[in-house]
Amino acid sequence: MQSQLPFSPDQASNFAPHVDDLMLFITLICLFFAVAVTAAIIIFFFKFHRKSPDEVGVPIHGDSRLEAAWMIVPLILAMAMFGWGAVVYVDYRHAPPDTLDIYVIGKQWMWKAQQPNGLREINELHVPAGRNVRLILASEDVIHDFFVPAFRVKMDVVPGHYNTMWFRPTKPGRYHFFCSQYCGTNHAIMGGWVTVMEPADYAAWLSGSSGAEANPVVAGEKLFAEKACVTCHVANGTGRAPSLNGVYGAKVLLADGSTVVADEAYIRESILLPNAKIVAGYQPVMPTFQGQLTEEQILSLTAYIKSLQSQPVPATGAGIAPTTEKR
Amino acid sequence: MPHEDYLNATYGIRSWLLTTDHKRIALLWLGSVTVFFFIGGLFATMIRIHLLTPTGYLVTPETYNRLFTMHGVAMIFFFLIPSIPAVLGNFLIPLMIGAKDLAFPRINLLSWYIYMIGGCFALYSFATGGLDTGWTFYTPLSSIYSNSAVTPAVIGIFINGFSSILTGLNFIVTIHTMRAPGMTWFRLPLFVWAHYATSLIMILGTPVIAISLLLVGLERMFHLGFFNPALGGDPILFQHLFWFYSHPAVYIMVLPAMGVISEIIPTFARRPIFGYSFIAGSSIAIAVIGFFVWAHHMFVTGESVYAALTFSFLSYLVAIPSAVKVFNWTSTLYKGSISWDTPMIYALGFIGLFLIGGLTGLFLACLGLDIHIHDTYFVVAHFHYIMVGGAVMGYVGGLHFWWPKITGRLYPEALARIAAVTLFVGFNLTFFPQFILGYLGMPRRYHTYPPEFQVLNVLSTAGASILALGYLLPMLYLTWSMRYGKVAGQNPWPATGLEWKTDSPPPTENFDVTPVVTWEPYDFQNRPDLGLTAGAPSLAPAHGDD
Repeated sequence: MQSQLPFSPDQASNFAPHVDDLMLFITLICLFFAVAVTAAIIIFFFKFHRKSPDEVGVPIHGDSRLEAAWMIVPLILAMAMFGWGAVVYVDYRHAPPDTLDIYVIGKQWMWKAQQPNGLREINELHVPAGRNVRLILASEDVIHDFFVPAFRVKMDVVPGHYNTMWFRPTKPGRYHFFCSQYCGTNHAIMGGWVTVMEPADYAAWLSGSSGAEANPVVAGEKLFAEKACVTCHVANGTGRAPSLNGVYGAKVLLADGSTVVADEAYIRESILLPNAKIVAGYQPVMPTFQGQLTEEQILSLTAYIKSLQSQPVPATGAGIAPTTEKR
Repeated sequence: MPHEDYLNATYGIRSWLLTTDHKRIALLWLGSVTVFFFIGGLFATMIRIHLLTPTGYLVTPETYNRLFTMHGVAMIFFFLIPSIPAVLGNFLIPLMIGAKDLAFPRINLLSWYIYMIGGCFALYSFATGGLDTGWTFYTPLSSIYSNSAVTPAVIGIFINGFSSILTGLNFIVTIHTMRAPGMTWFRLPLFVWAHYATSLIMILGTPVIAISLLLVGLERMFHLGFFNPALGGDPILFQHLFWFYSHPAVYIMVLPAMGVISEIIPTFARRPIFGYSFIAGSSIAIAVIGFFVWAHHMFVTGESVYAALTFSFLSYLVAIPSAVKVFNWTSTLYKGSISWDTPMIYALGFIGLFLIGGLTGLFLACLGLDIHIHDTYFVVAHFHYIMVGGAVMGYVGGLHFWWPKITGRLYPEALARIAAVTLFVGFNLTFFPQFILGYLGMPRRYHTYPPEFQVLNVLSTAGASILALGYLLPMLYLTWSMRYGKVAGQNPWPATGLEWKTDSPPPTENFDVTPVVTWEPYDFQNRPDLGLTAGAPSLAPAHGDD
């Protein structure tokens, strides 16, 4: 799709046309008011120019109906701008369920992306056209931001928790991405290229390199054993801790009676702050792994735990809430 | 000049440094804020020269990052926030309400000294390698990772905050308790209303920035964990605390300028302002609603969608009172008797530039659009249109309008008009291309950029050179006029405010006799004392001009 707005980047995602349309809408409204007020000022300036040194103007003090009109009409237009923008944003903040998930880590001053099969990229991101892609963003140090102008999307990358963003690339090509939250000395060169490929090309590229050992699920499984998680989180539910089979995406019943959906953020919190949420029926005995795992290792463990989604859930010792609802 | 005024009443440096006369204190402020304007302007000049080429040839990345940070800190905390209130507000508010001075003259002087101490800490930070966190001090960059002089800078800003709080306190008490007989609330000049609203924000908001920066300093010095995730802290907490003040702070910077415009336009259109009570009320509305929009700076931090929706909605609401002002100012020109005087050129320039700046706020408040233009040059252009095109033009226009009252002299009119137009043209050339750069995707705070952005950057730098000339000219001729300018007389324009019913420059105690106000503001019909009778010259001769 050629970009319709002058002075705008390529439109290469599902969001781009919407954002450009929104830009055009708001520009036209604002242009109307800017031109109207400027024209009024210029016309009044010349029409009511002082004609003699002692001339004074006509004492018109105000007009309540006019005041009401120019409060209500702008308010209505403002609500239209708000409403349309809100619709686009709410869509942006809720990724659809069928996304291709890519993990992205930002650190001073580079980006590391990890494709689903473990293939790693530095300052590059390859994505397939026509697929919904979700980026799970983590920071190793300060706040960064992942910004793709051609997609019209960005999201901050904040140390201490995950942010996610999604888009559907629509046009093959190579597009800038930039770090878009000031992060220190080399903030301006902490960018790279997003490459959108036809699905077949993407699949070929993905399998082109041997990502076997780099497969995050395999790495995560190794870590799960190395860090002794497996000693408590026994798969058949007989351990001191709940089995993790089937837990990803399910509702977990907590000790205080509330439930929580076990998403990536929950898994991460359980590793770093295990006492924040205790599963019903279990003791708060899990040690914290804060400071012992890098973000990449946490992501590998998360990938491994996600892969257990399809494993058989034991009848007891799973921690999943009685009314099981998978995503 | 033969008669005694506040300038020649006493001599010697002690009489200035220990003065409690609000008019002399205003001039102390004028000197200090001009120094910081110059420093901040120097940093801006270096930034724009550096950005002439994509790879940047003037400074290293580290230096560039310090330049934009210090430009922001100097301009926002040490120039813009004090400028109009501390220079024009201090000088004029007692005169405008018919009082001898502010309610607390010694606290007024203290406020300046506190600013000077805070300023020294900031200058120390600049001189010992500078600050590279951005004026926004986001954590954990500022509290843990930055290796620059963060601590002296936050101490300086912390101290400076008390200057703001004391000035706001002084203004509020003064306006409540020291109005002359007959000066009712709805006879107050709109400049006073604007400063009342500004003072509310100063008092309520400033403590929050003080605490926010104190926490950053403490985290740096003692490795505490307010914002450090490794210690259980939350970096986003800082952003909430910071913006809770820093958004209302932008209204501290623009409301006084709007007050200036509300004085200039009726004066040079020679008719009452259209919609006085709406303009007064809109100042209060902006101050109040302005406290509820801060997280529109955080739409892409991952904040809750409900929070984002709420803050976007409220941000649109806060635009309405500003729109009301623009419409009322424009309507004031209708059937006026309009002249081209320099203050009017500044006022019209303000309206044009504030219009663009304010309207582009609507783009940024739009959630779906902000995900694209947040943290790009679009934002940089937006806030410079308001802060420079708005607040600074209001300040310089106000300086011109009240220059005769402050100094007793007129500036050279022809040169002043040329400078005003130069400023307007240079400003637009500098900042309009940045809107385009932003939509094209150029992020802000970049010392280097992709080559396709060069043309727009060159245009922007070219504009900056013209803008610089537009600032230099008034600095030169205003200074020149203090000695060689034509003697002004009591009310050269003429204007209707109480400040114009005393000599230029005023005597130390402002009025020989406490005035009794029986007229409405901006009433050109019922003021024979203005000398606007048929056949009389528009420039009334100065009293005792021999």
